[in-house]
Amino acid sequence: MAPSFDHLPDPEEDDYDEDEELDFSDLRERYEVQLEQGLDTFVVIDGLPEVTEETRPKLIKFLLRKLNGVGKVREDSVHMPLGEDGKSHRFAFVEYATPLEAALACKTLDGVSLDKKHKMEVNKLTDIERYGREGRIDEHYTPPKLEEFTEKEHLRSWLADPSGRGRDQFAMYKDNNVLIDWNNEKDTPETIVERPNWTESFIQWSPQGTFLTSVHAQGVQLWGGPSWLRQKRFAHPFVNLVDFSPGEKYLTTWSHRPISIGEEGHPQLAAEDDGKHFVIWDIETGKPLRSFPNAEVPSAGNDEAGNPIKRKMQWPAFKWSADDKYVARLTQGQSISVYDLPTMLLVDKKVIKIEGVMEFEWAPATPRRDGVKTYEQLFCYWTPEIGSNPAKVGLMSIPSKEVVRTLNLFSVTDARLHWQSDASYLCVKVDRHSKSKKSLATSLEIFRVKEKGVPVEVVEGIKDTVVNFAWEPKGDRFVIITTAEVAAPSAVPPKTSVAFYCPEKVKGAGVGNFKHIRTYDKKNSNAIYWSPKGRFVVVATVSSQQSFELEFYDMDFEGEKPESDKDLTANLQLMNTAEHYGVTDIEWDPTGRFVATSSSVWKVPMENGFHMYDFKGEQLREEPVEKIKQFLWRPRPPTMLTKEEQKLVRKNLREYSKVFEQEDADRGASADLAVVEHRRRLLEEWMAWRHSVEQDLEDEREALGLPADPVEHLIKKTDESEDQVIEEIVEEIVEETEEIVG
Amino acid sequence: MRPILLQGHERALTQIRYNRDGDLIFSTAKDQHVCAWYAHNGERLGTYHGHQGALWTVDVDPTSTIIATGAADNTVKLWDIKSGKCLKTWDFDTAVKRVEFAEDGSRLLAVTEKRMGFLGTIVVLDINLDVNAEQSSEKSLVITCEESKATVAGWSCLNKYIIAGHEDGSVSKYNAKTGEQIDNVQIHELDQLITDIQWSQDRTYFITASKDKSAKIVNVQDLEIMKTYTTDTPLNSACITPKKDFVILGGGQDAMGVTQTSARQGKFEARFYHKIFEEEIGRVRGHFGPLNTVAVDPQGRGYASGGEDGYVRVHQFDKGYFDFTYEVERQAKAAQQQHL
Repeated sequence: MAPSFDHLPDPEEDDYDEDEELDFSDLRERYEVQLEQGLDTFVVIDGLPEVTEETRPKLIKFLLRKLNGVGKVREDSVHMPLGEDGKSHRFAFVEYATPLEAALACKTLDGVSLDKKHKMEVNKLTDIERYGREGRIDEHYTPPKLEEFTEKEHLRSWLADPSGRGRDQFAMYKDNNVLIDWNNEKDTPETIVERPNWTESFIQWSPQGTFLTSVHAQGVQLWGGPSWLRQKRFAHPFVNLVDFSPGEKYLTTWSHRPISIGEEGHPQLAAEDDGKHFVIWDIETGKPLRSFPNAEVPSAGNDEAGNPIKRKMQWPAFKWSADDKYVARLTQGQSISVYDLPTMLLVDKKVIKIEGVMEFEWAPATPRRDGVKTYEQLFCYWTPEIGSNPAKVGLMSIPSKEVVRTLNLFSVTDARLHWQSDASYLCVKVDRHSKSKKSLATSLEIFRVKEKGVPVEVVEGIKDTVVNFAWEPKGDRFVIITTAEVAAPSAVPPKTSVAFYCPEKVKGAGVGNFKHIRTYDKKNSNAIYWSPKGRFVVVATVSSQQSFELEFYDMDFEGEKPESDKDLTANLQLMNTAEHYGVTDIEWDPTGRFVATSSSVWKVPMENGFHMYDFKGEQLREEPVEKIKQFLWRPRPPTMLTKEEQKLVRKNLREYSKVFEQEDADRGASADLAVVEHRRRLLEEWMAWRHSVEQDLEDEREALGLPADPVEHLIKKTDESEDQVIEEIVEEIVEETEEIVG
Repeated sequence: MRPILLQGHERALTQIRYNRDGDLIFSTAKDQHVCAWYAHNGERLGTYHGHQGALWTVDVDPTSTIIATGAADNTVKLWDIKSGKCLKTWDFDTAVKRVEFAEDGSRLLAVTEKRMGFLGTIVVLDINLDVNAEQSSEKSLVITCEESKATVAGWSCLNKYIIAGHEDGSVSKYNAKTGEQIDNVQIHELDQLITDIQWSQDRTYFITASKDKSAKIVNVQDLEIMKTYTTDTPLNSACITPKKDFVILGGGQDAMGVTQTSARQGKFEARFYHKIFEEEIGRVRGHFGPLNTVAVDPQGRGYASGGEDGYVRVHQFDKGYFDFTYEVERQAKAAQQQHL
């Protein structure tokens, strides 16, 4: 026998004993290579009625009807061997054209009834070979142990803040630790949990704050409940990105590496997921629903050097409708595929072909449109000019696939779609080029989605390019940032202007036309952060090297309103400005009471940490945090109170705030008392210690026969002369005038 | 507090010392001379010439007769303060990073650098405080730091112990007579260099400053950490104020990191902390480089800081400084007076 690798003794181990062979049988069994690849197309059907030579063709014909539902099977590919007694063994072999069909047959036909007495049991022939062998399966059935029911922790317990103050939580990822804290406004945050290496690359909250997501090479884990236990695992190897559906029912994971299912299989994924990049999971069951390969993005043409321009990957690639019922993916330039949940099958089994489609966006809420009885999900999309056809913005209703509204546009370079949070408005920011294609200008086309016929209003008078746009959440006002120059690569970013818009006042219930309120010029601002409750907005300069301004605006200032704004539904006021050196991220807490600004080590090498402001821009706290990577407020689920109840709370706000103010004052007083007590103790301890040390020293000096002061006698010896006081008087004439005394 | 700016050095300051009466300030810098200044008006009394390398350290004896200096030219020199005459030079194998007189001025210790195959040492020299006397060339004691080199060292009360701060963040206690190591405690974070040790007035406890961004008060008896002052910047120096229960810390972004930041962000400020409550009380701005050394007037009238920027800033404490007390301190004092 030629020496093979298996037989070589380990050279490192001199005392290797050849007789003492390890028992690999269990491993061999598990990882047995399936050699009989050719048999993959065969399935075995058990549980058939007993037939004879004569009745056999009849049964086969009957079976074929069922079998053809999966794949093409010819009469002669069904083998039903007969025993010596001329009767069948109640089973049959069936050959399919492909292994895939065979696998599908096992999945769909197993357990299907033929009549009242007979039920088909369909298995792969290879599986029968593998598991049916003697001794592989215990003859005695042992029922699987049912795990006892244990009550799970309440995943939303955090909403009832134990201190009764309705505080919000935030998560911080710093260095290798992840910690979750209660926000204590001015005071040190109270850490709830801190774990080293909780995540490997980043953390993410689920959209309603129920889960904290940690990301590992092996996959994604969700954590929650008061003890921060692991709730779910999604084993997508080398996962890079995670996205939740808005209702926290589903999860999309993506990895830049294709999934590779080895021989040994995978605990959650199946063979058909091999080579895929995306997986959509059901969070409740922890099971994958469907996997997808990366979309083949058509090249955007070549750059100046002739290399194909790489497009940035769109994330999220799978976009969710507001009600978690649909998920859709864009194939740029061609179509949008809308999948129904939880089946993950294409709606109407067809992709929606939209020639040239560049981008689409779901409405963030289910819009209640005027004059439409059934509320469907909406998405908007836009297509560029193709040949002589104009560019188009369209609104499509799902699942009916009815195009609700289209708008033709000309000379379009680019368009961005901005939904207002209630889906009342859609603003399409259109960058248009002039005829010479040399200069750009932006127009805002606002769709009033809830009004009859979806009227479109154009906001005029914007000469510059709009670089940022943000709707007021739950409101109807917006802020834009414009810049005169097209952002060319230069060390100093161009100056920007910040402009505010609101609808004008109208009689009755409707919403008036959008009007410009004010523009602030010569700014560096590049980002807009609305309070999640509306009214307040922070305009900031983030991730900049030169400026770090934060400006806090109030849209409903309660002071005097300028005469020029009397027809507007806003009273704009700059409340405060602040500066946070190196700020990279800004986030409002979910209640709109606080703003946290942070400077992440991912983007800035030093001065990392966070600042906490209240909604008026008053700085409450400044905390340097070494190597902070992420600062994330824990989101809250939507309120459970009805509109009426909310109104009632607002009405009685004075009553409530009295109670809270008293509580705050009491807490402040008791905290002060504790601090004073602590200081008193420190002082006493120090005094006591000093007293004993001084006493000891004195005793020791005395014992050694040394004077109480080690130096005094030395000085007396050397300094014999008396102290001299040298006084130097300098006279300075400040002014001199001559007067003739008459 | 309007500072007096002493513009006598051409390079980064390395150490500042007040004499016992607090009327003279001695400063060393990486240029090659020592300066002596009047503390009350910033007038320069004189300079001491003779060293051939960057000066690292200076100390003045308790009678204000003699100063000792250590430099990168591998020497320790003794000078007559009045005449500026060099009285004695001791040669070593490596640079001298720190010198300190014992509390009675009878002995001097010198910390030598670990370099070129020589281990770091702490050397004790006997001193005669008479300017006309012959100084002994003998080293009366040599302590070799086998493990981690000493960066700073000083004498405890009664000259009983030598306390040394090490490169690895630990503090050692040696018997000052035999040189035997009595104790070694990891006071600061591992491998975070201890940059300074300065004494309380009676030398029963001391403050350490470290690159780990903290300063700590440690007692001599058992090297126990009594207080910790945490900052947001690496520290180069720390001192304990007499009369008031404060400590002054100095530091700033490392010279290497300075170019990445503006002066505002460099944290080139002297920071005042309450010694007992460990709370920050205030900051004094002014330097435009990291603070390399801070020193306080032993009579408690003011302090001086020396920066990487080459300036010494001398501050006289004002009324607000002396009036500042915590409520509990006032109460304790009142109780004490009542008791008397």
